Formats: sequence, structure tokens, C-alpha cells
Amino acid sequence: MPFESPLRWSDVTPKAAFLNRRAVIAGAGALAFAPRIAVALGSVSKYSTDAEPTSREDITSYNNYYEFGFDKSEPAALSGGLKTSPWSIVIDGLVDKPGTYDIADVIKDQPLEERIYRFRCVEAWAMVVPWQGFELAGLLAKIGVQPSARFVAFETLVRPEEMPGQKSDFIEWPYREGLRLDEAMNPLTILATGLYGEPMPNQNGAPIRLVVPWKYGFKSIKSIVRISLTAEQPKTTWNMLQPGEYGFYANVNPEVDHPRWSQASERPIGGGLFAGRVDSVKFNGYGEQVASLYASQDLAQDF
Amino acid sequence: MREVFNAAARRVPAWSVYLAGVLPCIWIVYGLNTGGAGPDPVRALETQLGLWALKFLIASLAITPLRWAGINLLKFRRAIGLVAFFYISLHLTTWVALDLGFRWGQIGADLYKRPYIIVGMIGFLTTLPLAITSNNAAIRRLGAVMWRRLHKLAYVAAMAGTIHYVMIGKVWKAESLIYLAIVILLLAARAFRALRQAQQPA
Repeated sequence: MPFESPLRWSDVTPKAAFLNRRAVIAGAGALAFAPRIAVALGSVSKYSTDAEPTSREDITSYNNYYEFGFDKSEPAALSGGLKTSPWSIVIDGLVDKPGTYDIADVIKDQPLEERIYRFRCVEAWAMVVPWQGFELAGLLAKIGVQPSARFVAFETLVRPEEMPGQKSDFIEWPYREGLRLDEAMNPLTILATGLYGEPMPNQNGAPIRLVVPWKYGFKSIKSIVRISLTAEQPKTTWNMLQPGEYGFYANVNPEVDHPRWSQASERPIGGGLFAGRVDSVKFNGYGEQVASLYASQDLAQDF
Repeated sequence: MREVFNAAARRVPAWSVYLAGVLPCIWIVYGLNTGGAGPDPVRALETQLGLWALKFLIASLAITPLRWAGINLLKFRRAIGLVAFFYISLHLTTWVALDLGFRWGQIGADLYKRPYIIVGMIGFLTTLPLAITSNNAAIRRLGAVMWRRLHKLAYVAAMAGTIHYVMIGKVWKAESLIYLAIVILLLAARAFRALRQAQQPA
């Protein structure tokens, strides 16, 4: 049986204080030599759910990350060799300041915050994940989005020697995802660099990944190396593979089933054998923040 | 060599298949209790039970081709088939009770709308009359010809089971395709032999 604590994650309050103290002790000099990405924990975000997070063990051992294999245990087992430092991101397309940015420059000046988000996979299972990250909107503001841009396209690293799943060409690498600009600018949309107060584990998309909590998990692309602003809707991997099953929008929606299975309910991970199911909620429960983005759309059509 | 094997098989009682048949089940339950099933034990249980059902179904279909090759394991076939049915039933029960948590509305909708669920259910339903008639009394009542004809449903069950498995995947999984290929091979061998016998002059 897994250890069950009566404490809730939200009871662990003085994280910021703890980290600040550590930072002071470590000193600016030590930090300057540390190539690691700092994962500061801010105050509790108004966007965080108060649901109890799934255990770190489960979040880091049950992953869909096909770059490391099809089985959910493979990313944890096979991602150890992925080198995430140095890391740079190409930001291009319809932006004012295109270029290849070191990850430190991408993160610089962006306010890191903890966001405890519900996470709903298209396979009808769900978790609650305490991410650390910053709003994508902040980065886009810094880079400067040109008026003609309407979409944001993302790409994952391609490095078959470190990502054994990429030796299979069943997916046309790189893994691609995309958002409409208004979705990208929504304050819920974050680039996450940490998990449970520690740098992002490789199997969860180190060193930096997208998190879009009202969409199915496959939209939240991992290990990002390219962000492009485009006028046209970008190609996205699952949509390319099976357009009848995976749409561009992929909003969590219990009313619109996957052609092969129901999306009406979901299995929470970590509850054990008898946890059963809970009803899925439209937009994964984030309707208040995002429903208005789709006011003029038929979501059965734009699934 | 074959004689030695057949002689050895003759000494093994048929009920030992039942004993061996529950071992995987014990292993699976042990895994669940020790956390070996991972973060999503329901899915793991469902998958494992389904895979063992397919393994025993395939084993039961292999008996006849093995006889053509001179290896006689016929006396184990009933037990193998019933063990397969045992795993199919547990697999279905897990789906209804643990996976869907008795959400009858969703279960009903799945049975009506989801091709892979429909195919899986067809597989289960075809094994029901097989399990019920897997005893000597039923063979006597039905007569050997009728009984043999009825038990050709095992072909449908194995095809349905493996197609069900192939259809579940988000992607084409090699493992599921291998199961399907083995069943197709075992059925094709029968068709091939029947065809050849029909062509031979009497």
C-alpha cells in the first residue's frame, strides 16, 4: 500500500520561504555556477486547484512520451540519457525578435509560479499535477507577436541517440503541437520547468514543456526546442496520425466521445483498484476561464 | 521423440491444467498487492486478464494442428478452453466493476457505440455456449456432430478476442498484431487442410 499522509499538498505552505532561505545560503555565486534551471516556488496561484495532487511517484512513472517508447513505464526507464543542458529554443515566424534563445534567457524575467492543475489524458485517465512554470503569454510579450500571427506552433527535440522511441518512424518526428493565439495567451497556459518543486524530470518533458490544462494531455508538448508564430493553423502530430480521432483543439469534453471510447468519465490515477471513475468535466473544469474562447464554435465539429 | 512426448503427456492428468491455469491469476493478484501493477492497477489487471484469455484460447486452437504433427494433447483441450473462459469472465468483470464502476449508462452506450467493445462482447458471448457444453453430458445430449459444429464457435471467439485487442490500441501495437497473426495462422491451417482433403480423390 502506498504511504498516505493526512496532510494535503496545500498544507505545505512555507515553500517560498524555504527556498528563499536556501537561495540566500547558497549565495549568488554558487547559483551563477549552477547550470540547473532554478525552480522557485511562488505563492499559491489563484489558478491552482485545491484537489490533492497525484503522488510524485505516479506522475513520474506513468507517462505517455513516445520518444521513449509506447509503454507508460518506458519514459521513466529510458529517458535517463537525455541531455537537457545546454538547451536552446528557436523562436521564429511572425515575431519581432526571432532567434535561438538559451533556455536561461527564455526563463529570465518570467515570474515562476506553482500551478496545481488537473491533467486529463485523451485515454480517459487523470491526474493532479503540481507544476512550476510561467505564463506563455509573458514569453510571447517579450518576443513580440506580430499582428498577422494567429497560431503558435511547437516542436519537441529530435535526438534518436538519446530518445530510443524515435528510432521507430511510426510518428513523423518531431512531435508537433499548436495552439490558437488566444489559447496561447490565456493565463492558464504555462511553460513548465518544474514538478513538485524540483526541476522537470526527463520523462515529464525536461527541461521545459507546455501545459494547457483544459485540453487533453497530448496537447501539452514536452521538451520544446522550437516555438513558431504562424498565420496558418499548424500541423499537429496526433491529428496528422489519425485526423478522425484527434482534432486540433482537443478540448476536454465529455459530450464529444473519442470514436473508439467514451470521454464521459475518467479514472483518477493513484486511487488503486477500487477508486472507480469520476465524471469528466467540460474544459476539464476550466470553463470559467476558457469557455468564452469557443463561444462561436461547434465543439463537436472542432473537436 | 513424439512417442516419448505423447507417453509423458498421457501420464499428466487433465486436471493439472486447471492448477496451472490459475497460476497466472495468482501472479497477477500478487502483483497488485505488491504495487508491481504500477500506478494504474485497473488497466494493468484488465490487460493481463485479457492477454491470458487470449493465450489460453490460442493454446486450445493449437491442439488440433499439433495432432496433425503427431503430438496428441487432446485430453487437455477442455480444461484449456475452460481456463480461457475463466480469464475472459474475469476480464469482463474487471471492466464492468473496476474500470467502469458499474456505470450502466456508459456500459450500455459502449456496447452500442464502440466497435472494439462490441467485438469483445461478441467474443465473450460465443464462449458462453462453449463453456456450458464443455462436459460429457452435453456431448451426449448434442451428439458428436452437432457438438463439434457448435464448438467451431471457438474460431469466432479467438478472432473476436484478438481483433478486440488490436482495436483498443491508440497505435498499432506489434504485440496485438502478433496475437492476431497467430490466430489467423491457426485458422488458415485448418482451411488449407480442409481444402486439400476436399481435392483428394476418394
